[in-house]
Amino acid sequence: MIIGLTHYLAVAAILFTIGVFGIFVNRKNIIVILMSIELLLLAVNINLVAFSVYLHNVVGQIFAMFVLTVAAAEAAVGLAILVTFFRNRGDIAVDDASMMKG
Amino acid sequence: MALAIAFYLLAAVTVGAGFGVVSSRNPVHSVLFLILSFFSAAGLFVTMGAEFLAMLLVVVYVGAVAVLFLFVVMMLDVDFAALRQGFARYMPVGGLVAGVLAVEMIVIATAAATGGVHKADSPQLHPELPNIETIGHVLYTDYVYFFQAAGLVLLVAMIGAIVLTLRHKPGVRRQSIVDQVARTPKSGMRVVQIKPGQGIEQ
Repeated sequence: MIIGLTHYLAVAAILFTIGVFGIFVNRKNIIVILMSIELLLLAVNINLVAFSVYLHNVVGQIFAMFVLTVAAAEAAVGLAILVTFFRNRGDIAVDDASMMKG
Repeated sequence: MALAIAFYLLAAVTVGAGFGVVSSRNPVHSVLFLILSFFSAAGLFVTMGAEFLAMLLVVVYVGAVAVLFLFVVMMLDVDFAALRQGFARYMPVGGLVAGVLAVEMIVIATAAATGGVHKADSPQLHPELPNIETIGHVLYTDYVYFFQAAGLVLLVAMIGAIVLTLRHKPGVRRQSIVDQVARTPKSGMRVVQIKPGQGIEQ
């Protein structure tokens, strides 16, 4: 039984799907939405590393590192915005987040 | 054979924990499932031979991001039961979109792996060098500007997070070093004449 590229791509596809599903079903809970975005980026990273190993090209792993950087920055800023929003409003329901009338 | 067992175990735990993230009632459990998912994904990276990224995943995600999530979830006093309203309502459309997406991506992945992608002619990964050394050789030469730009992104995110969450409470007495240094005997004290039996007016 040889584990090839297809197996890793399938795992990444399922994980990405779970992330999208999480965004759909947890429409009101922005914390779980942020965690779903982390899952999506993890699936992308698995794809990048799988192709990097398959093609014998290390650039994919370097790009995965940059994706990791951006994901960490996004989580930090997103949670900071969430904390500020909670301080101003007292809850984190994103349904009626229409303060800016955008 | 051992690799296959490890792969299936780690893949099953990754996917199962990912499903736990999106479906558990308590967000604290979601964060713990997220940690489990990232940990087993790091195991998957090790089975692929990308040890450096696996360790990075454990250090950055389990060590920093997941703990940040846990901290925020436990700090905010939110009624999470109310936030779960609509879970059943959005389930069919979410499941439909997710199912279509999964089938599409698996078909594309199979097609790409079985014939679409041709392997590179000249292998750039040196099998005799360890993974970290290979990454370092490329990252600090060809991609050094991108590396610096990534550092800049992290700096901007750090400053942004601090600016967003920092607040000055009114009514808190703070030390003003300028005022302390500029204080002279003339401004620091005054001489008052006190008449007997009257006391001092402020």
